[in-house]
Amino acid sequence: MSHTHHPDEGGEPAETDLRVRALRTVLEQKGYVDPAALDVLIDTYETKIGPRNGARVVARAWVDAAFRKWLLEDATAAIASLGYSGRQGEHMVALENTESLHNLVVCTLCSCYPWPVLGLPPTWYKSAPYRARAVKDPRGVLADFGVTLADATEIRVWDSTAEVRYLVIPRRPARTAGMTEEQLAALVTRDSMIGTGLPRAPGGDR
Amino acid sequence: MSYQSRADLGGQDLRERVVPEPEGELFHAPWEPQALALTLAMGATGAWNLDMARSARETLPDYRALSYYQVWLGGLERLLIEHGLAAADEIAAGRMLHPPRPGLRVLQAVDVSGALAKGSPTQRPAATPPRFAAGQEVRTRAAVAEHHTRLPGYARGKIGRVEQIRGVHVFADANAQRLGEQPQWLYSVVFSARELWGAAAAPSHRVSIDAWEPYLEPVA
Repeated sequence: MSHTHHPDEGGEPAETDLRVRALRTVLEQKGYVDPAALDVLIDTYETKIGPRNGARVVARAWVDAAFRKWLLEDATAAIASLGYSGRQGEHMVALENTESLHNLVVCTLCSCYPWPVLGLPPTWYKSAPYRARAVKDPRGVLADFGVTLADATEIRVWDSTAEVRYLVIPRRPARTAGMTEEQLAALVTRDSMIGTGLPRAPGGDR
Repeated sequence: MSYQSRADLGGQDLRERVVPEPEGELFHAPWEPQALALTLAMGATGAWNLDMARSARETLPDYRALSYYQVWLGGLERLLIEHGLAAADEIAAGRMLHPPRPGLRVLQAVDVSGALAKGSPTQRPAATPPRFAAGQEVRTRAAVAEHHTRLPGYARGKIGRVEQIRGVHVFADANAQRLGEQPQWLYSVVFSARELWGAAAAPSHRVSIDAWEPYLEPVA
């Protein structure tokens, strides 16, 4: 494996690898886990459940006023209507950014995250610096992501301390009037749905 | 010894940068997806609940030195031992040394997508009306809990305002201690940054938590 340095990563990889193999063997021998189920679980989060789901939710809200209204009133049902529901997204709330309000989501106590729409949380979301600083110094955290907001913009930080899971609906970028829902979804980044980023501008290089 | 969570990080004085990560970068070692899958599969057996799992993880003595999936791994080993599903000697040996516990519900491959889509909703029917109304000022509990809790330290003994009533939900504090679900009203409570962090905080900055009713008392 090519090792990228993550400040939160500790321990010896080789030792941990052996430990996980050992544990899997014990659980398989005891008949507690179905090896095929483990493969399906991994494949699901590698290929099926990820931030493109949330991007489709956001794009739909941008183009469909009735859906946007439903999403803000009952996000769980509105999101389920697009096929996304369940584990770690049982009780969803959508947070709409406006010209004067920017929402930022964190879980300071562990790493609660809306899995059905965003998939597995990124390393930084689970890291100690993010969890420590997001509630106290959100502008400093945003600076780490290259995001600067106007001084007058209110920053609202949502600490996910219970089973409510939050999805940020970023503001629709300018000059996107003629774009299709699919093209709009491509502008919606994962980080923009957590609040640490903004959507891409149309015609950008990514 | 008293209960000690090592995971309550909000507001701690950590200066390190937050390091962004590309969207497709899911795992950083081959064992990480294995730890994820084992944890999810064992969670699906129902031998413990999510609050017990969080409690097992947050009290790992070396929590702060571990990566996220190492925390999950340590938590899983601990839960297996605590619930009598595996013994420390067989986890160390890497093979079964004692008979399995019978009657466990095993997650089958064919049932994975259904189980994930269903999840584990925590909302329960209301038996009583909510004690607090939206817009009401409340003070959070000041005392340190001697058990798993979801009231972050930075929000203890602070005055905030109820913004939304989120319904009645399984009470994490009770559920983690094997005391049953004891569902309670849940509220989103918003605080000014000045209330939490002092006069130097920006007036345009607010923070909310989701707080179960027992965490809150009315402000006279």
